Order: sequence, then C-alpha cells, then structure tokens
Amino acid sequence: MSRDLYDLIGLVAAVCFILALKGLSHPKSARRGNLIGAAGATIATLVVFFYGDQLPLKNLPLILLAILVGLAIGVPAARKVQLTQMPQLVALFNGVGGGAAALVAIVEYLKLGEEAAKVGEPITAAVLIATIFTVVVGTTSFTGSIITFLKLQELMTTRPVIFPGGRFIIAGNLVAILVCSGWVYSAADTTSVLVLMGLSALFGVLFVLPVGGADVPIVISLLNAFTGLTVAASGYVLEATLLIVAGTLVGASGTILTRLMADAMGRSLFGTLFGAFTATATAAGAADARPVKSGSAEDVAILLNYARRVVIVPGFGLAVAQAQHTVRELADLLTAKGIDVAYGIHPVAGRMPGHMNVLLAEANVPYDQLVEMDEINPTFPQTDVSIVIGANDVVNPAAKTTPGCPIYGMPILDVQQSGNIIFLKRSMRPGFAGIENELLYDPKTTLLFGDAKASLTKVVGALKAL
Amino acid sequence: MSSGLALISIFVLAVFVGFEVVSKVSSTLHTPLMSGANAIHGVILVGAIIVASHSDNTLQLTLSLVAIVLATINMVGGFVVTDRMLEMFKPKKSPAPKSDEVK
Repeated sequence: MSRDLYDLIGLVAAVCFILALKGLSHPKSARRGNLIGAAGATIATLVVFFYGDQLPLKNLPLILLAILVGLAIGVPAARKVQLTQMPQLVALFNGVGGGAAALVAIVEYLKLGEEAAKVGEPITAAVLIATIFTVVVGTTSFTGSIITFLKLQELMTTRPVIFPGGRFIIAGNLVAILVCSGWVYSAADTTSVLVLMGLSALFGVLFVLPVGGADVPIVISLLNAFTGLTVAASGYVLEATLLIVAGTLVGASGTILTRLMADAMGRSLFGTLFGAFTATATAAGAADARPVKSGSAEDVAILLNYARRVVIVPGFGLAVAQAQHTVRELADLLTAKGIDVAYGIHPVAGRMPGHMNVLLAEANVPYDQLVEMDEINPTFPQTDVSIVIGANDVVNPAAKTTPGCPIYGMPILDVQQSGNIIFLKRSMRPGFAGIENELLYDPKTTLLFGDAKASLTKVVGALKAL
Repeated sequence: MSSGLALISIFVLAVFVGFEVVSKVSSTLHTPLMSGANAIHGVILVGAIIVASHSDNTLQLTLSLVAIVLATINMVGGFVVTDRMLEMFKPKKSPAPKSDEVK
C-alpha cells in the first residue's frame, strides 16, 4: 500500500471521529455518531496491518494475540457492567488509554534513542518534549483513573484522603518529575524514562487521593482531556496525523466538559483540585437539634395526588439505591393522573457529567422530560411539589445565602420556591460538601427517611391505594 | 513546510474543530460524549501496533504488547459501552410501552 493511500485512509478515519463527536451532541444522532466513530477506529486499525516496509508486520502473531486479549477483557466488561457502575468503567477505560499512550511513547523513545546512537544524530527537542509530556501525563492519567475507579467502586473511601504534609509531598513529587524530565531529555537511556514513569504514577495517585466524591465528575473529565492530549502528543512523536487529530478532539471535549463541570460547581478548577489540601477537615458538627418534619409514605402520596406540577430532583442517592425504575413508575403514575411531571437535572448531580441522564434513560424516561437547571429553575414557583431524591448540595440554599461556605456561588436548583418539598434521605447526614442544609428545616419540607427505593415503592403503593 | 510544523498545524486546526464540534453538546449527553470521546482516544492502538511491529528487543516488545492490550480495551470497550448507553436514550414515547412493565 502506498503512503498516500495510507494517509488518505487515515484522513477518512479522522473525519469519522469528527462526525462521531458532532453526532454525540444531539440525542437523535448520537447512536449513529458513535457507530461512525467505531467504524473509523476499525478502518484505522485494519489499515496498519497493510502498510509498512516489511509485510506481514514483524511480531504479527503476538500483536494479534494482544488484541484478542484486549477484546476478551474489554467487550465483556463493557457489556456486563451495571449502568450504575458506568462512571467507574469510563474512568477505567480512560486510564488504560492513558497508560497505553505512555507505553507507546516510552517504546518509541527507546527506539529513537537506539537509532540516534547508531546514526550519531540526536533526537529532536520537539520529539523529546512530546515524549516526556506523554509519559508524564499518560501515566498520571493511568494511576489517577485507577484511584478514581477504586473510589467509585467503593473499594476505598470516597472521602478526600488528606495526609499531613500532603502539599509538600506533592510539590516534592512535581520537582522530582521536572528533574527527571531533564534527565530523560539529556540522556536517552532506559532507566531515566522508567524512573520518570514511576514518579508520574505516584503523582497520579497523590493528585486524585485528596479529591472527594462530589468532585469526581470534574476529575473524570479532566483525566479524559489529559489522555486525549497524550494521544495527540504520541501522534506527534510517531508522525501519525490521525492520532494527533483524534487526541486533540478528545482533549477539546474533555476540556469543555471540565469547564462546564467547574462552572456548575461555581468554583475554579484549581479550587476543586487543590481545595481539599487547604480544607480544614470540616467535622460535621453536632447534629442540629432543631425539629424537622418527617412524614409517612401516605402523607407524601396525598401531597402528590393533589399537585398539578411535580418536579423530581435526583442525586447520587438515586444511583446508590438503584431507584431509577421506581422513580419512573411514580412519574408514570402521576402523569396518568394528569399531573405535569419533569425531572430537574443539576449538571453535577451524580459522579460523572450527565450521570443522572444515563441512569434515568436506563429506566426509559424520555430525554425530553429531563430538564436542565437553567430551564427548570424559573418553573419552581409554579411547582406544587418538588421531590428531592438522594440529592443535597445541589439544592442547598446555603450556596446563595452563606458566603464563605464551601459551595457558596454554586448554582443550585431553586426547589425552595416550590409549594412543597419532599426530601428522600437515608439520614440527617449532610451531603458530600459537609454543609448543613437549611431547607431540611423549612416548614414546607417533609422528610421521608429510608432507602430511596424502598421509600418510593411505598409511595407508589400508597398512591395506587388512594 | 517541515514535517514537524505540518503536524503542529494539524494540531492547532484540530483544537478549533474540536471546540467547535463539542461546544454545543446538551448536558443530557455529557456521559455518552465523554465515553465516546474516551473510545476515540483508544485509537492509540494504531500507535501501539506500529511500535510493536518495530520492536526488536524484549523490553520494547513487552511494553508495546501491554500497550496494545490496554489500547484495545480502551477502544473496543469504549465504543461498546457508549452504544449501550445511547441505546437507552429515547425521545418521548407514544403511550407508555407495556413491554417495560413486564421487567
């Protein structure tokens, strides 16, 4: 195959990726978009086997075997995963991509080093810099994603892990990475690049450990952007334009998502990532002794029965309780009674960008009932009942009223403007941000304690009995 | 134009295309977008295959084969999982389908 044909096919694949991302921006075209992307990736992979100085490719059996191993791991994982575990799977897939990019850069670096030694011509500075970037960022993304996975899978604590002197350890780690990068830059040998990889792996761990559960959406999107950029950089090293285009597209989408998430939390990106270092462990103060109004499932059913408009506000608790199907049952029941039902979705509800949308889509909730924050907020004054399920910080008025509290400035869903508020909670524990929610003590609020799914099932039963 | 500069030009143009294409995405689709983008960077598999086919010592070969395994997981798993998610996104259904209630 000629170089021109090879490059042309690469261009086709790059266009497929662009169309894929374009398709993914709208629900109607999204599925087709994803398939176009998959087709592009398939073409791009197949064509490699037919181009080169030496055909069939050297090490072909081993290469095919490695691909089969990857398929045997990746496909079942993607097929069998529960939808509630989606965030951790996406994090994991992202991490392995970063790891792959780092390894590719290392091998290419060693290869170029050998050639340079033979020819006596040094590797160009640009290639060295791209290599160092890929190794550092790719490995960071790899270990960072693993930690994110462990947190989401609850194999380790979801709370920020803060250790004494953490800031100095991170700073020291960064300095070591810089020094080691200099070493890799000046001496093209194996040890230097492997040490760099080790230091970056440590950095990925240290970087994600202090991030708390609620900030995970930001970290996932950031690591996604990181991996994209490393793929682009390794494309530069390998002189493969397709990798540059694909990696850059992902970098751009990751960056946009990260920015959206940070905006949705009303915080700077820096504050989110490094906030935990400065946060004095906000010991969730002695539980407030003020009275709250807790109700029974029957009370809630009656309240709902006489409503004209109901807004459901889901949060991570919905995912934990796997209550998405029960919620839809409730919504269907209310709709059948002629009640107007909508879901108010906060951009950072859940553990990844758009988490709630996927969860509710699984339960066959049509996507046009899922209303974004800016659109739903003006409708709360006309809403008779808001049901808050397993969410807390995203409806906490403290974000507007209490300067200095950690979520101050975060845009929230204005449920306090609706006629009645029902909170489904497991306990009086504050949300992830650890801030007391005034709304719980509002006279308009009714609390329904218990597992979200069990509570909702009772409400549905009571509503049917009315 | 040197090849290095050509590659950088492609990078810069791709930045603009990427921002343009993704900037209007609705928040409904943030998860599939991320997961789909995730799958796209699995194309590093191409790079992994190239370096594996150039490797001539054990260290290089081992590292590049690991890279192939990881990249395949990333690419194939990413597309499959995104498709699974998108399959569920449906527009407003006409009268509630009975089939769901059986589940």
